[in-house]
Amino acid sequence: MLEIMEGSHAVAEIVKRCRPQVIAAYPITPQTHIVEALAQMVADCELDADYITVESEFSALSACLGASAAGSRVYSATTSQGLALMFEVCFNVAGLRQPIVMTIANRSLGAPLSIWNDQQDSISLRDSGWLQVYAEDNQEAVDLHMIAYRVCEDHDVLLPAFVCFDGYVLTHTYEPVSIPTQEEVDAYLPAFNPYQRLDASNPLSFGMYATPDYYMEFRYEIDQAQHRAKEVFAKAGREFAEQFERDYSAPVEGYRLEDADTAILAMGSICGTVKDAIDEMRDAGKKVGLLKIRMFRPFPADEIADALKGVSTVAVLDRNISLGSGGAVGTEVKAALSGSGTAVYDYIVALGGRDIRKKDIAEIVDLAEEGRGDMFYGLRTEVL
Amino acid sequence: MALRVGCAAPPGKALENKTGTWRVFKPVFDPETCNRCGICAQFCPEGCIRETDEGIFEPDLDYCKGCGICEEVCPKESIRMEKEEK
Repeated sequence: MLEIMEGSHAVAEIVKRCRPQVIAAYPITPQTHIVEALAQMVADCELDADYITVESEFSALSACLGASAAGSRVYSATTSQGLALMFEVCFNVAGLRQPIVMTIANRSLGAPLSIWNDQQDSISLRDSGWLQVYAEDNQEAVDLHMIAYRVCEDHDVLLPAFVCFDGYVLTHTYEPVSIPTQEEVDAYLPAFNPYQRLDASNPLSFGMYATPDYYMEFRYEIDQAQHRAKEVFAKAGREFAEQFERDYSAPVEGYRLEDADTAILAMGSICGTVKDAIDEMRDAGKKVGLLKIRMFRPFPADEIADALKGVSTVAVLDRNISLGSGGAVGTEVKAALSGSGTAVYDYIVALGGRDIRKKDIAEIVDLAEEGRGDMFYGLRTEVL
Repeated sequence: MALRVGCAAPPGKALENKTGTWRVFKPVFDPETCNRCGICAQFCPEGCIRETDEGIFEPDLDYCKGCGICEEVCPKESIRMEKEEK
């Protein structure tokens, strides 16, 4: 059944049905409505979880880490500066192999201070060991939470995940969504079965130090687990599709890409605008398609190369900037397509809530076809 | 030692972790000048200096990190730190 619901509330509803036993979070715009709703559910006894109020995001994720190590299914949510404050703990959660699922309501990072949307926050944690998936709309955001718990808790993976959806554009937007019932979620997502846990009768220390003789091997194993997550995600996605008839099993998804000469690569809610722009360009006779990147970690390099066979020009829309280098997605797409003969151009767009419209997408396609790229798009040169 | 997911370990695991590999300088004890006071063993942060049946003191080089505190505190100057070739 479809209901009209705010994105944040839709996420809170599905998180409730995933039955987390411990939630620790610190409110921060634009994530606030998610954790506010969950706190209300716990207070109203709709959700049997410990909701730990903390004094900072560093404490929030630290509490989550301890609770997860003790064998609980754990949830948190944050964004922007809050995620930045969790930086150290993020690496430890992944290294300790704790399957925490955290929603990121994507927002830009200061300075200058901005509460608006881009994807700099989660992208900046790309090396931390967390899986990263990006939702295009609120239905996908809802569904990816269920899939994320399945993948993270799989004993072949045992890694945490960010489920990313764009701040305001999705978090504060009312859309029709189908929230699976508790019975449906229970059928898809079994109770958490920890691989190992803190237990006074069988004591263990987690995250002991590793000398130079062992450290590299631990890092290698985390990397291997990331790569295994791709197959586990595909399987969890297929099973999800069987039960709910919505298919997220592919890490990338093409739109009108079959005979395209030029492809746009994008991640998150911007894909909706790109699809509309592509429909218009197709009507005008231009062979343009979209490759939407759903999964950024592990990075689906092979799937991107496969999907773009036969495409001569690629325009990557990056809603982040690795300052001093280029867009993070574009850099990795270039590596994935190196030697293929496909021309890849990167465009830094829509940072800090800057709007991007269909005409901008069409202009970027023109720029790419003229061989002009690797640039900020849409700069207001009059204020520079 | 096989790696365990999350670098987890039960208690007592430090015994298996031979920190002696960290050492650059190793302490060499001279039993001739040693007066058996045991100050070296009391100050050793690794707790790896012990008194032998003969009443002299010896470091356990499996765990000695080569910090040199024993040399510093020995009132008889009978401990010498020697660079170790590995």
